Amino acid sequence: MLDAYVPILLFILVAVGFAVFALIASKLVHAEKYNKVKLEPYECGIEPRTDARDRYSVRYYLVAMLFVIFDVETVFLFPWAVIMDRLAWFGLIEMLIFLFILVVGYVYAWRKGALEWA
Amino acid sequence: MLDTVVIPLLKILILLNGVLIAVTYMVLLERKVIAWVQVRLGPMRVGPYGILQPIADAVKLMVKEDITPTRADKWVFTAAPIIVIVPALIVFAVIPFGDQVDLFGRTVSLYVTDINVGLLYIVSVASIGVYGIILGGWASNSKYPLLASLRASAQLISYEVAVTMTLVSLIVVAGSLSMVQIVRAQQDAHVWFVFLQPVAFVLYFIGGLAETNRAPFDLPEAEQELTGGFHTEYSGMRFALFFLAEYANMIVVSAVATTLFWGGWLRPFPSIQVAPLAWLGLVPGWIWFLAKTFVFLYVFLWVRATLPRYRYDQLMRLGWKVLIPLAIANLIVTGFVKVLL
Repeated sequence: MLDAYVPILLFILVAVGFAVFALIASKLVHAEKYNKVKLEPYECGIEPRTDARDRYSVRYYLVAMLFVIFDVETVFLFPWAVIMDRLAWFGLIEMLIFLFILVVGYVYAWRKGALEWA
Repeated sequence: MLDTVVIPLLKILILLNGVLIAVTYMVLLERKVIAWVQVRLGPMRVGPYGILQPIADAVKLMVKEDITPTRADKWVFTAAPIIVIVPALIVFAVIPFGDQVDLFGRTVSLYVTDINVGLLYIVSVASIGVYGIILGGWASNSKYPLLASLRASAQLISYEVAVTMTLVSLIVVAGSLSMVQIVRAQQDAHVWFVFLQPVAFVLYFIGGLAETNRAPFDLPEAEQELTGGFHTEYSGMRFALFFLAEYANMIVVSAVATTLFWGGWLRPFPSIQVAPLAWLGLVPGWIWFLAKTFVFLYVFLWVRATLPRYRYDQLMRLGWKVLIPLAIANLIVTGFVKVLL
């Protein structure tokens, strides 16, 4: 059973190895002629005056919260979908109730303007 | 030992090389296709018709100066491209390129592994890449990358909800999460699932365009507003890793679309055994798989050459107010049809 996961572990090792190897190999052969201006953060020719990590729009935070709620609820649908054959009407009605609760939350978020961007 | 380690390792190495070559040539193909659409020639200098261009690009990126900006967080700045490229590659572990073939007297399956939660594995591993994008933009400590990484992550997670919800209705039809079983189910159903779930396919493909940051959803890389996007400060090999990951993700989306909706390695009309169609069975399964995947990759380029970019509020509206309701409606209809039939 768990044997099927051994190749995935190998693949992770090979993929990390490839990325690290590529970075090290490039480190050995690449050009290095740095100067102060070249190492400054890019800002269309203007000298950066403040730290870039400023405050940003709260909308992003809201999107992240909505994502957590909806994605976790979607994961609950996966096991139901696999054995839909056997559950038949019982499973369908149970899931309709679940989806109904999901949709109520979704409509609430929509009405509150959480899905508006501007 | 031989079956659990050596053979998978060989497959992984072959697959990794295949993916990397495919990715570099994908870049050339993109430049060529877009050039032809715009009545230009595209790369012509390196080799006949520019076919050696990817090799020149690889050498250039290898020897190019690799800059870490002075204000950047050095370790996170280096870790971010690795975090992006690794998930993009390891997703290929569960993609079935074909059924079993006989090779050197052994029966070899043309996939690295077949786990019973294959589709869940793809969905979850593919979304790890978002961390790399956020960390890359954050560690750069520069305004454009930070803005672009915020945009990119908001976009990726918005469309991920829609895509995951869409895939649930496909699972209802297939009755399995294993990629190999899903293809077999299409053989048993005598039909590719795209004909049973056309809405799901369209939603999945739109979501796939958005999740790979491709046009018309390429806002995180909108040159006119954000210069280079979240990898503005990256150069040399670390930039190359981001670039490889983006194209590898395009191949993943195309390959998953092929497997789930277009019959994977199955030939057209998978179970009709009549003489006029017999020649279709002579073509090996993996060629069918690669051909179908190639069609989707071409569509990616075609869309980029044709459609203008979305505005950010339009993008979020499409994701949250159109795709998600459609995905839920599609799931409910699928559930009823499945129980009634």
